[in-house]
Amino acid sequence: MHPALRRIWGLMYRHLALYRRSWPRLLELAYWPVLQMCIWGFTASFLAARIGNAGVLAGATLLGGVLLWEVALRSQMGVAISFLEEMWSRNLGHVFVSPMRPWELVAALVMMSMIRMLAGVLPAILVAWLLYAYNLFALGPVLVLFFINLMIMGWAVALGVVSLILRHGAGAEALAWSVLFGLTPFSAVFYPVSVLPKVLQPVALALPSAQVFEGMRGVLLNGVVLWDHLIAAFALNGVWLAAAGLLFAQQFRQARIRGALMSIGE
Amino acid sequence: MNAIRVQHLTKRYGETLAVDDIDFTVPSGATVGLLGGNGAGKTTTIAMLLGLLIPTSGSIEVLGHDMARDRFSALARMNFSSPYVSLPQRLSVAENLRVYGHLYNVAGLERRIAELSAELDLGDLLDRPAGKLSAGQKTRVALAKALINRPELLLLDEPTASLDPDTGDWVRSWLERYRDESGCTILLASHNMAEVERMCSHVLMLKQGRIVDRGSPDELLARYAREDMEEVFLDIARNRRQVA
Repeated sequence: MHPALRRIWGLMYRHLALYRRSWPRLLELAYWPVLQMCIWGFTASFLAARIGNAGVLAGATLLGGVLLWEVALRSQMGVAISFLEEMWSRNLGHVFVSPMRPWELVAALVMMSMIRMLAGVLPAILVAWLLYAYNLFALGPVLVLFFINLMIMGWAVALGVVSLILRHGAGAEALAWSVLFGLTPFSAVFYPVSVLPKVLQPVALALPSAQVFEGMRGVLLNGVVLWDHLIAAFALNGVWLAAAGLLFAQQFRQARIRGALMSIGE
Repeated sequence: MNAIRVQHLTKRYGETLAVDDIDFTVPSGATVGLLGGNGAGKTTTIAMLLGLLIPTSGSIEVLGHDMARDRFSALARMNFSSPYVSLPQRLSVAENLRVYGHLYNVAGLERRIAELSAELDLGDLLDRPAGKLSAGQKTRVALAKALINRPELLLLDEPTASLDPDTGDWVRSWLERYRDESGCTILLASHNMAEVERMCSHVLMLKQGRIVDRGSPDELLARYAREDMEEVFLDIARNRRQVA
């Protein structure tokens, strides 16, 4: 195995070993996505029963929104919380004096985030199918592109959060749970961007997630893939990821200048 | 051939000068002690040698690699141990060693873990969580982690801090044997003067970020006309003049 891949695997192994010996940790990964799915699934069922076909369509967009938004949330938390776990165990000192490059650390966190996301979202997709006969895969192959865009956005936000933790230490760790929730209203998860006040619409359209959800509604409501929204999502994600990568590189270097890597987590 | 070469090394945090224009070399195969009171600049110096901290000015060469431009090549050939930096507490000892074996790209990792387990008497500990070990057991595991990649340079920050005299002596003997067998260079920061006198061929005395004296333990004892290094340490810490 290439040394870089082996180092990435080494850090992944450290996290996977924790999950192997702790079923509550595994359960926690799926708990919130499944709970969300139950709440919104019953809401969708209620709407379908009360207002017929329109309710069915509204329910489908709700459930699609919930499941896809979980992809972004779990991807972001997967990176940020894996980093925090290194910080809490006071292990970063050993990691940063090993030959592991910062980009390899990020790659390992991203790989762990994919595993954590799948462990959380797949059970929720299964619950949606079993309880509400809602099949997310009916969106077709374009679903993969939605997934990819939301994961990338989650990683970009997480890199920003990790950068803030490098800058401000443990004081910034609450952002790992909260920051993406703050973007939910502008991400047009459950309603179209056109519902937002005019002044907020450009803000929403600058979010890759809003472009994805506009695309999702196009497929669910009209059976049309809105490629312009998907292309915009990829382009915005490129900008977001580049900006987050630059911020991380800059904050990592600043942390090495300030001595923060020696005391991070204290 | 020097394992470490430091020139005009300075670290400033705002108005505070943590390390002030120090120069030193550590010859390959030597054990050099870095001594000084709290806040003297030992940890800052070690952090710069490890690439954790970027110096304000000056240069560091480790195992022939410039740490400013090529630190990862040096880091693959060195290792570090400190009781103040933990290993993941919930992982077992074997899992911890596997993690670091992968990070250091160790060939024949399971064989290497078995070797270290035999040498450091870790057999009964391998399946136990690192967080459930005693201080002495943790020190042995930390040493195993530090030796997982057969380092050519070992940086040790107070390796026997908080150990009972018996365990401390065992660790020192083990390190001496490892050094003699492998030819490894050791830079040792310690407050234990007996340990320094026993293990180090050369000592750097740091005070307020500067190297205020240096030499072999015998040279320093003669220079201050003292019986042991603890008295030399106190003389330097309290600004007493050297005799010769």
